[in-house]
Amino acid sequence: MKEIRIHGRGGQGSVTAAELLAGAAFEDGQFSQAFPAFGVERRGAPVQAFTRISDAPIRLRSQIYEPDYIIVQDPTLLEVVDIDSGAKDDGIILINSDFAPEDFDLDTNARIMTVNATKVALDIIGRPIVNTVLLGAFAGATGEVRASSIVNAVKGRFSGKIGEKNAEAVQKAYDLMAEDK
Amino acid sequence: MTVIRTLDKDKMDVAEGSYAVAHAVKVCRPNVISAYPITPQTHIVEDLSQFMADGKIPNCEYITVESEFSALSALVGSAAAGARCYSATTSQGLELMHEVLFNVSGMRLPIVMTIANRAVSAPINIWNDQQDSISQRDTGWIQMYAEDLQEISDMTAQAYKVAEDKDVMMPAMTCMDGFILSHVYEPVVLLEQDLVDEYLPAYEPEYSLDPKNPLTFGAFADPTVYTEFRYLQQQAMDNALPKIEEAANEFYEIFGRYYGGLIDEYETEDADIILMAMGSLVGTIRDVVDKLRAKGVKVGLLKVRTFRPFPAEAIKNVIKDAKVVVALDKNISLGLNEGSLFTETKASLYNTKVDVPIVGRMIGHGGRDIPEKTIEDIVEEAKGIISSGINTESKYADLKEELL
Repeated sequence: MKEIRIHGRGGQGSVTAAELLAGAAFEDGQFSQAFPAFGVERRGAPVQAFTRISDAPIRLRSQIYEPDYIIVQDPTLLEVVDIDSGAKDDGIILINSDFAPEDFDLDTNARIMTVNATKVALDIIGRPIVNTVLLGAFAGATGEVRASSIVNAVKGRFSGKIGEKNAEAVQKAYDLMAEDK
Repeated sequence: MTVIRTLDKDKMDVAEGSYAVAHAVKVCRPNVISAYPITPQTHIVEDLSQFMADGKIPNCEYITVESEFSALSALVGSAAAGARCYSATTSQGLELMHEVLFNVSGMRLPIVMTIANRAVSAPINIWNDQQDSISQRDTGWIQMYAEDLQEISDMTAQAYKVAEDKDVMMPAMTCMDGFILSHVYEPVVLLEQDLVDEYLPAYEPEYSLDPKNPLTFGAFADPTVYTEFRYLQQQAMDNALPKIEEAANEFYEIFGRYYGGLIDEYETEDADIILMAMGSLVGTIRDVVDKLRAKGVKVGLLKVRTFRPFPAEAIKNVIKDAKVVVALDKNISLGLNEGSLFTETKASLYNTKVDVPIVGRMIGHGGRDIPEKTIEDIVEEAKGIISSGINTESKYADLKEELL
Protein backbone atom coordinates (compact mmCIF):
# COMPACT_ATOMS: atom_id res chain seq x y z
CA MET A 1 0.00 0.00 0.00
CA LYS A 2 1.16 3.52 -0.81
CA GLU A 3 0.11 6.47 1.32
CA ILE A 4 0.05 10.08 0.11
CA ARG A 5 -0.35 13.28 2.11
CA ILE A 6 -1.28 16.52 0.38
CA HIS A 7 -0.57 19.87 2.05
CA GLY A 8 -2.34 22.99 0.93
CA ARG A 9 -4.34 25.94 2.11
CA GLY A 10 -8.11 26.06 2.36
CA GLY A 11 -9.46 26.85 -1.10
CA GLN A 12 -6.55 25.36 -3.05
CA GLY A 13 -8.34 22.11 -3.76
CA SER A 14 -6.28 19.70 -1.67
CA VAL A 15 -9.29 17.54 -0.85
CA THR A 16 -10.35 17.52 -4.50
CA ALA A 17 -6.82 16.47 -5.46
CA ALA A 18 -6.91 13.56 -3.00
CA GLU A 19 -10.28 12.42 -4.42
CA LEU A 20 -9.13 12.72 -8.04
CA LEU A 21 -6.01 10.74 -7.21
CA ALA A 22 -8.15 7.99 -5.65
CA GLY A 23 -10.36 7.95 -8.74
CA ALA A 24 -7.34 7.76 -11.07
CA ALA A 25 -5.74 4.92 -9.10
CA PHE A 26 -9.01 2.99 -9.22
CA GLU A 27 -9.17 3.47 -12.98
CA ASP A 28 -5.65 2.02 -13.09
CA GLY A 29 -7.05 -1.14 -11.50
CA GLN A 30 -6.01 -0.44 -7.92
CA PHE A 31 -8.08 0.05 -4.80
CA SER A 32 -8.02 3.48 -3.23
CA GLN A 33 -9.25 5.62 -0.38
CA ALA A 34 -9.24 9.42 -0.02
CA PHE A 35 -10.15 11.52 2.98
CA PRO A 36 -9.60 15.02 4.36
CA ALA A 37 -7.94 15.90 7.65
CA PHE A 38 -11.23 16.41 9.39
CA GLY A 39 -10.63 19.94 10.57
CA VAL A 40 -12.69 23.07 10.56
CA GLU A 41 -12.12 24.36 7.04
CA ARG A 42 -11.24 28.02 6.52
CA ARG A 43 -10.03 29.63 3.33
CA GLY A 44 -6.28 30.19 3.54
CA ALA A 45 -5.69 28.03 6.61
CA PRO A 46 -3.28 25.07 6.30
CA VAL A 47 -5.18 21.90 5.37
CA GLN A 48 -4.24 18.31 4.63
CA ALA A 49 -5.82 15.57 2.58
CA PHE A 50 -4.86 11.94 2.20
CA THR A 51 -4.99 9.15 -0.34
CA ARG A 52 -4.21 5.45 0.03
CA ILE A 53 -3.56 3.23 -2.99
CA SER A 54 -3.32 -0.55 -2.77
CA ASP A 55 -3.75 -3.63 -4.91
CA ALA A 56 -6.06 -5.09 -2.24
CA PRO A 57 -9.25 -3.58 -0.73
CA ILE A 58 -8.29 -1.00 1.92
CA ARG A 59 -9.69 -1.63 5.40
CA LEU A 60 -7.46 0.65 7.47
CA ARG A 61 -9.28 3.74 8.79
CA SER A 62 -6.55 5.53 10.74
CA GLN A 63 -4.91 8.73 9.62
CA ILE A 64 -1.63 8.60 7.72
CA TYR A 65 1.51 9.14 9.81
CA GLU A 66 4.33 7.89 7.57
CA PRO A 67 3.43 8.80 4.00
CA ASP A 68 5.33 7.39 1.04
CA TYR A 69 4.68 10.59 -0.84
CA ILE A 70 4.06 14.17 0.26
CA ILE A 71 2.68 16.84 -2.08
CA VAL A 72 3.01 20.51 -1.10
CA GLN A 73 0.77 22.87 -3.03
CA ASP A 74 1.97 26.09 -1.43
CA PRO A 75 5.66 26.60 -0.53
CA THR A 76 4.76 29.21 2.12
CA LEU A 77 3.48 26.27 4.18
CA LEU A 78 7.07 25.20 4.82
CA GLU A 79 7.36 28.03 7.33
CA VAL A 80 4.30 27.04 9.33
CA VAL A 81 3.80 23.27 8.93
CA ASP A 82 6.18 20.33 9.39
CA ILE A 83 5.54 19.15 5.88
CA ASP A 84 8.24 16.48 6.13
CA SER A 85 6.73 14.94 9.28
CA GLY A 86 6.90 11.14 9.06
CA ALA A 87 8.41 11.17 5.58
CA LYS A 88 9.97 7.82 4.68
CA ASP A 89 13.66 7.62 3.80
CA ASP A 90 12.80 6.24 0.38
CA GLY A 91 9.83 8.59 -0.03
CA ILE A 92 9.36 11.62 -2.22
CA ILE A 93 8.37 15.15 -1.24
CA LEU A 94 6.97 17.00 -4.25
CA ILE A 95 6.89 20.78 -3.78
CA ASN A 96 5.26 23.40 -5.96
CA SER A 97 8.14 25.86 -6.32
CA ASP A 98 10.36 27.59 -8.85
CA PHE A 99 13.38 26.74 -6.66
CA ALA A 100 15.54 23.69 -7.19
CA PRO A 101 15.25 20.73 -4.78
CA GLU A 102 18.69 21.43 -3.31
CA ASP A 103 17.51 24.89 -2.25
CA PHE A 104 15.31 23.28 0.41
CA ASP A 105 16.88 22.52 3.77
CA LEU A 106 14.56 19.91 5.24
CA ASP A 107 15.43 17.44 7.98
CA THR A 108 14.58 14.35 5.95
CA ASN A 109 16.18 11.63 3.89
CA ALA A 110 13.23 11.60 1.51
CA ARG A 111 13.93 12.77 -2.01
CA ILE A 112 12.79 16.34 -2.63
CA MET A 113 11.45 17.17 -6.07
CA THR A 114 10.09 20.48 -7.27
CA VAL A 115 7.84 21.58 -10.09
CA ASN A 116 6.76 25.11 -10.92
CA ALA A 117 3.11 24.17 -10.92
CA THR A 118 1.99 27.78 -10.49
CA LYS A 119 3.68 28.71 -13.77
CA VAL A 120 2.16 25.72 -15.58
CA ALA A 121 -1.27 26.62 -14.21
CA LEU A 122 -0.97 30.31 -15.16
CA ASP A 123 0.37 29.48 -18.63
CA ILE A 124 -2.27 26.91 -19.49
CA ILE A 125 -5.31 27.33 -17.21
CA GLY A 126 -4.84 31.08 -16.73
CA ARG A 127 -5.37 30.86 -12.96
CA PRO A 128 -2.95 29.89 -10.19
CA ILE A 129 -4.90 26.74 -9.27
CA VAL A 130 -2.29 24.01 -8.98
CA ASN A 131 -4.04 20.94 -7.57
CA THR A 132 -4.59 19.14 -10.86
CA VAL A 133 -1.17 20.23 -12.17
CA LEU A 134 0.49 18.65 -9.15
CA LEU A 135 -1.34 15.38 -9.77
CA GLY A 136 0.18 15.27 -13.24
CA ALA A 137 3.57 16.00 -11.69
CA PHE A 138 2.96 13.27 -9.09
CA ALA A 139 2.19 10.74 -11.81
CA GLY A 140 5.38 11.72 -13.66
CA ALA A 141 7.57 11.72 -10.57
CA THR A 142 6.38 8.47 -9.00
CA GLY A 143 4.82 6.31 -11.70
CA GLU A 144 2.16 5.27 -9.14
CA VAL A 145 -0.68 6.30 -11.46
CA ARG A 146 -0.97 6.76 -15.20
CA ALA A 147 -1.16 10.30 -16.55
CA SER A 148 -4.12 9.24 -18.69
CA SER A 149 -6.02 8.16 -15.57
CA ILE A 150 -5.37 11.52 -13.91
CA VAL A 151 -6.56 13.24 -17.09
CA ASN A 152 -9.74 11.16 -17.12
CA ALA A 153 -10.41 11.86 -13.44
CA VAL A 154 -9.90 15.59 -14.02
CA LYS A 155 -12.18 15.61 -17.07
CA GLY A 156 -14.78 13.69 -15.09
CA ARG A 157 -14.80 16.44 -12.47
CA PHE A 158 -14.44 19.55 -14.66
CA SER A 159 -16.42 19.69 -17.86
CA GLY A 160 -15.92 21.70 -21.04
CA LYS A 161 -13.07 24.10 -21.61
CA ILE A 162 -11.98 24.12 -17.95
CA GLY A 163 -11.64 20.35 -18.07
CA GLU A 164 -9.66 20.49 -21.32
CA LYS A 165 -7.25 23.10 -19.98
CA ASN A 166 -6.75 21.23 -16.72
CA ALA A 167 -6.07 18.05 -18.69
CA GLU A 168 -3.48 19.87 -20.80
CA ALA A 169 -1.81 21.22 -17.66
CA VAL A 170 -1.75 17.74 -16.13
CA GLN A 171 0.02 16.37 -19.20
CA LYS A 172 2.52 19.26 -19.23
CA ALA A 173 3.42 18.72 -15.55
CA TYR A 174 3.67 14.96 -16.13
CA ASP A 175 6.11 15.49 -18.99
CA LEU A 176 8.22 17.91 -16.94
CA MET A 177 8.59 15.42 -14.08
CA ALA A 178 8.97 12.32 -16.23
CA GLU A 179 12.07 14.01 -17.70
CA ASP A 180 13.38 14.65 -14.17
CA LYS A 181 12.75 11.12 -12.98
CA MET B 1 -20.60 -17.14 6.59
CA THR B 2 -18.06 -14.36 6.84
CA VAL B 3 -17.83 -11.11 4.95
CA ILE B 4 -18.21 -11.45 1.22
CA ARG B 5 -17.34 -8.34 -0.72
CA THR B 6 -17.90 -8.01 -4.39
CA LEU B 7 -14.64 -7.48 -6.19
CA ASP B 8 -16.45 -6.81 -9.43
CA LYS B 9 -14.67 -3.55 -10.13
CA ASP B 10 -16.74 -2.90 -13.23
CA LYS B 11 -19.72 -2.18 -11.00
CA MET B 12 -17.83 0.10 -8.62
CA ASP B 13 -17.41 3.86 -8.59
CA VAL B 14 -15.15 5.91 -6.36
CA ALA B 15 -17.74 7.87 -4.40
CA GLU B 16 -18.05 9.78 -1.14
CA GLY B 17 -19.74 7.94 1.74
CA SER B 18 -22.52 10.49 2.01
CA TYR B 19 -23.22 10.22 -1.71
CA ALA B 20 -23.32 6.42 -1.54
CA VAL B 21 -25.90 6.65 1.25
CA ALA B 22 -27.99 9.29 -0.55
CA HIS B 23 -27.97 7.08 -3.64
CA ALA B 24 -29.03 4.06 -1.56
CA VAL B 25 -31.90 6.08 -0.11
CA LYS B 26 -32.95 7.19 -3.60
CA VAL B 27 -33.22 3.65 -4.95
CA CYS B 28 -35.24 2.60 -1.89
CA ARG B 29 -37.95 4.91 -3.33
CA PRO B 30 -38.81 7.03 -0.27
CA ASN B 31 -42.04 9.04 -0.27
CA VAL B 32 -41.03 11.65 2.29
CA ILE B 33 -37.56 12.94 3.20
CA SER B 34 -37.14 15.52 5.93
CA ALA B 35 -33.85 17.34 6.21
CA TYR B 36 -32.06 19.58 8.62
CA PRO B 37 -28.31 19.98 7.99
CA ILE B 38 -25.70 19.28 10.66
CA THR B 39 -22.03 18.35 10.27
CA PRO B 40 -20.98 15.67 9.34
CA GLN B 41 -24.37 14.52 8.06
CA THR B 42 -25.02 17.49 5.74
CA HIS B 43 -23.68 15.99 2.51
CA ILE B 44 -26.31 13.23 2.65
CA VAL B 45 -29.30 15.56 2.63
CA GLU B 46 -27.55 17.90 0.16
CA ASP B 47 -27.14 15.03 -2.28
CA LEU B 48 -30.76 13.99 -1.75
CA SER B 49 -31.84 17.58 -2.35
CA GLN B 50 -29.93 17.53 -5.65
CA PHE B 51 -31.59 14.26 -6.64
CA MET B 52 -34.97 15.87 -5.91
CA ALA B 53 -34.10 18.98 -7.93
CA ASP B 54 -33.05 16.75 -10.83
CA GLY B 55 -36.34 14.86 -10.65
CA LYS B 56 -34.61 11.60 -9.82
CA ILE B 57 -36.81 10.61 -6.86
CA PRO B 58 -40.38 10.21 -8.10
CA ASN B 59 -43.39 10.34 -5.77
CA CYS B 60 -41.37 11.96 -3.03
CA GLU B 61 -41.78 15.05 -0.90
CA TYR B 62 -38.61 16.73 0.42
CA ILE B 63 -39.36 18.79 3.52
CA THR B 64 -36.91 21.36 4.86
CA VAL B 65 -37.60 22.11 8.48
CA GLU B 66 -36.25 24.44 11.17
CA SER B 67 -34.85 21.84 13.59
CA GLU B 68 -34.21 18.16 14.04
CA PHE B 69 -37.19 17.97 16.38
CA SER B 70 -39.37 19.06 13.47
CA ALA B 71 -37.49 16.85 11.01
CA LEU B 72 -38.55 13.73 12.84
CA SER B 73 -41.97 15.07 13.86
CA ALA B 74 -42.82 15.69 10.20
CA LEU B 75 -41.99 12.07 9.49
CA VAL B 76 -44.27 10.84 12.28
CA GLY B 77 -47.29 12.20 10.43
CA SER B 78 -45.99 11.09 7.05
CA ALA B 79 -45.22 7.54 8.16
CA ALA B 80 -48.59 7.24 9.91
CA ALA B 81 -50.18 8.17 6.59
CA GLY B 82 -48.37 5.26 4.96
CA ALA B 83 -45.29 6.93 3.47
CA ARG B 84 -41.84 5.35 3.34
CA CYS B 85 -39.83 7.94 5.26
CA TYR B 86 -36.17 8.93 5.59
CA SER B 87 -34.06 11.41 7.48
CA ALA B 88 -30.45 11.72 8.59
CA THR B 89 -28.81 13.43 11.52
CA THR B 90 -26.04 13.29 14.10
CA SER B 91 -24.88 14.38 17.55
CA GLN B 92 -26.86 17.31 19.05
CA GLY B 93 -29.40 16.92 16.25
CA LEU B 94 -30.11 13.35 17.29
CA GLU B 95 -30.28 14.36 20.95
CA LEU B 96 -32.82 17.05 20.06
CA MET B 97 -34.93 14.29 18.49
CA HIS B 98 -34.88 12.27 21.71
CA GLU B 99 -38.53 12.77 22.65
CA VAL B 100 -39.76 12.08 19.12
CA LEU B 101 -37.68 8.91 18.84
CA PHE B 102 -39.90 7.32 21.49
CA ASN B 103 -43.03 8.45 19.63
CA VAL B 104 -41.87 6.91 16.37
CA SER B 105 -41.12 3.60 18.03
CA GLY B 106 -44.26 3.61 20.18
CA MET B 107 -46.44 4.26 17.14
CA ARG B 108 -44.60 1.45 15.35
CA LEU B 109 -43.55 3.63 12.41
CA PRO B 110 -40.78 1.98 10.33
CA ILE B 111 -38.78 5.14 9.61
CA VAL B 112 -35.13 4.66 8.59
CA MET B 113 -32.59 7.28 9.58
CA THR B 114 -28.86 7.44 8.92
CA ILE B 115 -26.72 8.61 11.82
CA ALA B 116 -23.32 10.06 10.86
CA ASN B 117 -21.94 9.33 14.33
CA ARG B 118 -20.37 12.32 16.09
CA ALA B 119 -19.38 13.28 19.63
CA VAL B 120 -21.77 15.35 21.75
CA SER B 121 -21.16 18.76 23.33
CA ALA B 122 -19.92 20.29 25.59
CA PRO B 123 -17.11 20.91 24.82
CA ILE B 124 -18.17 21.28 21.21
CA ASN B 125 -16.62 18.65 18.98
CA ILE B 126 -17.67 17.81 15.44
CA TRP B 127 -15.61 14.65 15.15
CA ASN B 128 -16.50 10.99 15.42
CA ASP B 129 -17.47 8.80 18.28
CA GLN B 130 -20.71 6.89 18.92
CA GLN B 131 -21.98 8.61 22.04
CA ASP B 132 -24.88 10.18 20.11
CA SER B 133 -26.62 7.01 18.97
CA ILE B 134 -25.63 4.88 21.97
CA SER B 135 -27.33 7.50 24.17
CA GLN B 136 -30.58 6.68 22.29
CA ARG B 137 -30.39 2.95 22.84
CA ASP B 138 -33.56 2.72 24.97
CA THR B 139 -35.80 4.62 22.55
CA GLY B 140 -36.98 1.49 20.73
CA TRP B 141 -35.03 1.96 17.50
CA ILE B 142 -33.13 -0.82 15.79
CA GLN B 143 -29.46 0.22 15.66
CA MET B 144 -26.95 -1.12 13.17
CA TYR B 145 -23.32 -0.05 12.66
CA ALA B 146 -21.42 -0.21 9.36
CA GLU B 147 -17.71 -0.72 8.78
CA ASP B 148 -17.33 0.70 5.26
CA LEU B 149 -19.18 2.48 2.45
CA GLN B 150 -20.49 -0.68 0.84
CA GLU B 151 -21.95 -1.86 4.10
CA ILE B 152 -23.70 1.42 4.98
CA SER B 153 -25.17 1.51 1.45
CA ASP B 154 -26.40 -2.06 1.60
CA MET B 155 -27.58 -1.63 5.19
CA THR B 156 -29.96 1.15 4.12
CA ALA B 157 -32.04 -1.24 2.01
CA GLN B 158 -31.76 -3.98 4.63
CA ALA B 159 -32.99 -1.59 7.34
CA TYR B 160 -36.19 -0.81 5.42
CA LYS B 161 -36.72 -4.52 4.84
CA VAL B 162 -36.49 -5.31 8.55
CA ALA B 163 -38.27 -2.20 9.85
CA GLU B 164 -41.28 -2.66 7.56
CA ASP B 165 -41.64 -6.38 8.25
CA LYS B 166 -45.14 -7.04 9.61
CA ASP B 167 -43.66 -8.89 12.59
CA VAL B 168 -41.33 -6.00 13.42
CA MET B 169 -42.74 -2.55 12.49
CA MET B 170 -40.01 -0.66 14.35
CA PRO B 171 -37.82 2.25 13.22
CA ALA B 172 -34.15 1.74 12.41
CA MET B 173 -30.97 3.79 12.69
CA THR B 174 -28.17 2.88 10.32
CA CYS B 175 -24.98 4.25 11.83
CA MET B 176 -21.85 5.30 9.97
CA ASP B 177 -18.86 6.92 11.65
CA GLY B 178 -18.91 10.65 10.94
CA PHE B 179 -16.13 11.91 8.65
CA ILE B 180 -14.32 8.55 8.77
CA LEU B 181 -17.06 7.07 6.57
CA SER B 182 -19.28 10.04 5.69
CA HIS B 183 -16.44 12.00 4.06
CA VAL B 184 -14.24 9.20 2.71
CA TYR B 185 -14.01 8.39 -1.00
CA GLU B 186 -13.55 4.75 -1.89
CA PRO B 187 -14.74 2.24 -4.49
CA VAL B 188 -18.33 1.23 -3.86
CA VAL B 189 -21.12 -0.41 -5.82
CA LEU B 190 -23.92 2.15 -5.91
CA LEU B 191 -27.07 0.10 -5.37
CA GLU B 192 -28.78 -0.86 -8.62
CA GLN B 193 -32.42 0.24 -8.92
CA ASP B 194 -33.64 -3.01 -10.49
CA LEU B 195 -32.03 -5.18 -7.81
CA VAL B 196 -33.36 -3.00 -5.00
CA ASP B 197 -36.84 -3.20 -6.53
CA GLU B 198 -36.51 -6.97 -6.46
CA TYR B 199 -35.22 -6.95 -2.87
CA LEU B 200 -37.43 -4.29 -1.31
CA PRO B 201 -41.13 -4.28 -2.24
CA ALA B 202 -43.22 -1.13 -1.89
CA TYR B 203 -44.23 -0.31 1.70
CA GLU B 204 -47.76 -1.45 2.37
CA PRO B 205 -48.73 -0.65 5.95
CA GLU B 206 -51.38 -2.69 7.66
CA TYR B 207 -52.72 0.47 9.29
CA SER B 208 -52.43 4.04 8.08
CA LEU B 209 -54.14 7.39 8.53
CA ASP B 210 -56.97 7.77 6.05
CA PRO B 211 -59.90 10.24 6.34
CA LYS B 212 -62.22 7.59 4.86
CA ASN B 213 -61.26 5.09 7.51
CA PRO B 214 -60.31 7.11 10.60
CA LEU B 215 -57.79 5.63 13.04
CA THR B 216 -55.82 7.01 15.97
CA PHE B 217 -52.07 6.55 16.40
CA GLY B 218 -50.23 7.02 19.69
CA ALA B 219 -53.36 7.72 21.69
CA PHE B 220 -53.74 7.73 25.44
CA ALA B 221 -52.89 4.46 27.18
CA ASP B 222 -53.71 4.38 30.86
CA PRO B 223 -52.21 1.98 33.43
CA THR B 224 -54.59 -0.80 32.40
CA VAL B 225 -52.96 -1.18 28.95
CA TYR B 226 -49.65 0.76 28.79
CA THR B 227 -47.46 -2.15 29.92
CA GLU B 228 -48.83 -4.30 27.10
CA PHE B 229 -47.82 -1.71 24.49
CA ARG B 230 -44.28 -1.77 25.87
CA TYR B 231 -44.30 -5.59 25.97
CA LEU B 232 -45.29 -5.71 22.30
CA GLN B 233 -42.47 -3.30 21.40
CA GLN B 234 -39.99 -5.62 23.09
CA GLN B 235 -41.57 -8.59 21.31
CA ALA B 236 -41.07 -6.75 18.01
CA MET B 237 -37.39 -6.30 18.89
CA ASP B 238 -37.13 -10.03 19.60
CA ASN B 239 -38.74 -10.70 16.23
CA ALA B 240 -36.20 -8.39 14.58
CA LEU B 241 -33.28 -10.65 15.59
CA PRO B 242 -34.01 -13.42 13.06
CA LYS B 243 -35.40 -10.90 10.55
CA ILE B 244 -32.07 -9.03 10.48
CA GLU B 245 -30.28 -12.29 9.65
CA GLU B 246 -32.88 -13.10 6.99
CA ALA B 247 -32.58 -9.64 5.46
CA ALA B 248 -28.80 -10.03 5.22
CA ASN B 249 -29.10 -13.51 3.69
CA GLU B 250 -31.72 -12.42 1.18
CA PHE B 251 -29.53 -9.45 0.27
CA TYR B 252 -26.68 -11.85 -0.38
CA GLU B 253 -28.83 -13.94 -2.71
CA ILE B 254 -29.73 -10.93 -4.86
CA PHE B 255 -26.64 -8.71 -4.62
CA GLY B 256 -23.89 -11.23 -3.79
CA ARG B 257 -22.66 -9.31 -0.76
CA TYR B 258 -22.81 -10.26 2.91
CA TYR B 259 -21.47 -8.36 5.91
CA GLY B 260 -22.96 -10.37 8.71
CA GLY B 261 -26.49 -10.00 10.04
CA LEU B 262 -26.37 -9.47 13.76
CA ILE B 263 -22.63 -10.05 14.02
CA ASP B 264 -19.67 -11.04 11.91
CA GLU B 265 -16.57 -13.00 12.87
CA TYR B 266 -12.97 -12.77 11.71
CA GLU B 267 -10.36 -15.35 12.76
CA THR B 268 -12.30 -16.17 15.93
CA GLU B 269 -12.42 -19.96 15.64
CA ASP B 270 -9.25 -20.76 17.62
CA ALA B 271 -8.73 -17.28 19.06
CA ASP B 272 -7.46 -16.85 22.61
CA ILE B 273 -8.05 -13.11 22.44
CA ILE B 274 -11.24 -11.73 20.86
CA LEU B 275 -11.68 -8.02 20.22
CA MET B 276 -15.25 -6.73 19.93
CA ALA B 277 -16.06 -3.52 18.07
CA MET B 278 -18.69 -1.65 16.07
CA GLY B 279 -18.34 0.62 13.04
CA SER B 280 -15.33 1.71 11.01
CA LEU B 281 -12.86 0.60 13.67
CA VAL B 282 -13.64 -2.95 12.55
CA GLY B 283 -11.65 -2.40 9.33
CA THR B 284 -8.53 -1.30 11.17
CA ILE B 285 -8.85 -4.27 13.53
CA ARG B 286 -9.01 -6.68 10.57
CA ASP B 287 -5.60 -5.38 9.45
CA VAL B 288 -4.17 -5.69 12.97
CA VAL B 289 -5.53 -9.24 13.30
CA ASP B 290 -3.80 -10.22 10.05
CA LYS B 291 -0.50 -8.70 11.20
CA LEU B 292 -0.60 -10.35 14.63
CA ARG B 293 -1.76 -13.71 13.24
CA ALA B 294 1.32 -13.65 10.98
CA LYS B 295 3.37 -13.41 14.18
CA GLY B 296 1.51 -16.33 15.75
CA VAL B 297 -0.79 -14.35 18.06
CA LYS B 298 -4.15 -16.10 18.34
CA VAL B 299 -6.35 -13.03 18.07
CA GLY B 300 -9.73 -12.63 16.40
CA LEU B 301 -12.44 -10.04 15.83
CA LEU B 302 -16.13 -10.10 16.71
CA LYS B 303 -17.89 -7.35 14.82
CA VAL B 304 -21.16 -6.34 16.42
CA ARG B 305 -23.26 -5.11 13.53
CA THR B 306 -26.57 -4.89 15.34
CA PHE B 307 -26.57 -3.22 18.76
CA ARG B 308 -30.37 -3.04 19.17
CA PRO B 309 -31.86 -5.59 19.40
CA PHE B 310 -28.81 -6.77 21.33
CA PRO B 311 -27.60 -10.10 19.89
CA ALA B 312 -26.66 -11.68 23.22
CA GLU B 313 -26.90 -15.30 22.05
CA ALA B 314 -24.88 -14.74 18.89
CA ILE B 315 -22.16 -12.93 20.86
CA LYS B 316 -22.06 -15.59 23.56
CA ASN B 317 -21.61 -18.36 21.01
CA VAL B 318 -18.57 -16.63 19.51
CA ILE B 319 -16.73 -15.65 22.68
CA LYS B 320 -17.50 -18.62 24.93
CA ASP B 321 -14.23 -20.45 24.27
CA ALA B 322 -11.90 -17.44 24.23
CA LYS B 323 -9.37 -16.87 27.00
CA VAL B 324 -10.05 -13.14 27.16
CA VAL B 325 -12.47 -10.75 25.46
CA VAL B 326 -11.88 -7.02 25.00
CA ALA B 327 -14.90 -4.86 24.13
CA LEU B 328 -13.95 -1.57 22.46
CA ASP B 329 -16.32 1.36 22.88
CA LYS B 330 -16.56 4.80 21.30
CA ASN B 331 -18.90 5.85 24.12
CA ILE B 332 -18.91 6.08 27.90
CA SER B 333 -21.65 5.84 30.50
CA LEU B 334 -20.50 8.60 32.84
CA GLY B 335 -20.79 7.43 36.42
CA LEU B 336 -20.19 3.81 35.46
CA ASN B 337 -16.90 4.33 33.58
CA GLU B 338 -17.85 1.74 30.97
CA GLY B 339 -18.79 1.74 27.31
CA SER B 340 -22.10 0.12 26.42
CA LEU B 341 -20.81 -2.77 24.33
CA PHE B 342 -18.72 -3.83 27.32
CA THR B 343 -21.47 -3.36 29.91
CA GLU B 344 -24.06 -5.24 27.92
CA THR B 345 -21.83 -8.09 26.82
CA LYS B 346 -20.67 -8.59 30.39
CA ALA B 347 -24.24 -8.47 31.70
CA SER B 348 -25.46 -10.95 29.09
CA LEU B 349 -22.93 -13.54 30.28
CA TYR B 350 -24.04 -13.42 33.90
CA ASN B 351 -26.39 -16.27 34.89
CA THR B 352 -24.96 -18.35 32.06
CA LYS B 353 -22.39 -21.14 32.11
CA VAL B 354 -19.98 -19.04 30.08
CA ASP B 355 -17.11 -17.81 32.22
CA VAL B 356 -14.78 -15.72 30.09
CA PRO B 357 -12.74 -12.80 31.42
CA ILE B 358 -13.97 -9.66 29.68
CA VAL B 359 -12.64 -6.12 29.88
CA GLY B 360 -13.74 -2.86 28.32
CA ARG B 361 -11.47 -0.34 26.63
CA MET B 362 -12.87 3.03 25.59
CA ILE B 363 -11.20 4.45 22.54
CA GLY B 364 -11.44 7.07 19.81
CA HIS B 365 -13.69 9.57 21.56
CA GLY B 366 -14.24 12.99 20.00
CA GLY B 367 -12.40 11.94 16.86
CA ARG B 368 -9.16 10.81 18.52
CA ASP B 369 -7.47 8.78 15.83
CA ILE B 370 -7.09 5.03 16.31
CA PRO B 371 -3.78 3.94 14.78
CA GLU B 372 -2.98 0.23 14.53
CA LYS B 373 -0.50 0.66 17.39
CA THR B 374 -3.34 1.49 19.82
CA ILE B 375 -5.03 -1.83 18.96
CA GLU B 376 -1.74 -3.73 19.12
CA ASP B 377 -1.12 -2.33 22.62
CA ILE B 378 -4.59 -3.46 23.69
CA VAL B 379 -3.85 -7.00 22.44
CA GLU B 380 -0.52 -6.95 24.27
CA GLU B 381 -2.30 -6.01 27.49
CA ALA B 382 -4.87 -8.74 26.88
CA LYS B 383 -2.07 -11.33 26.80
CA GLY B 384 -1.23 -10.26 30.36
CA ILE B 385 -4.84 -10.78 31.43
CA ILE B 386 -4.64 -14.40 30.23
CA SER B 387 -1.58 -15.05 32.38
CA SER B 388 -2.30 -12.97 35.47
CA GLY B 389 -5.97 -11.99 35.47
CA ILE B 390 -7.87 -8.72 35.18
CA ASN B 391 -6.19 -5.69 36.65
CA THR B 392 -8.45 -2.90 35.38
CA GLU B 393 -11.90 -3.89 34.18
CA SER B 394 -12.69 -0.76 32.18
CA LYS B 395 -10.67 2.30 31.19
CA TYR B 396 -9.69 4.60 28.35
CA ALA B 397 -7.11 2.98 26.12
CA ASP B 398 -5.90 6.26 24.61
CA LEU B 399 -5.96 8.71 27.52
CA LYS B 400 -3.32 11.46 27.50
CA GLU B 401 -2.31 11.48 31.16
CA GLU B 402 -0.07 14.50 30.55
CA LEU B 403 -3.11 16.69 29.85
CA LEU B 404 -4.83 15.97 33.16
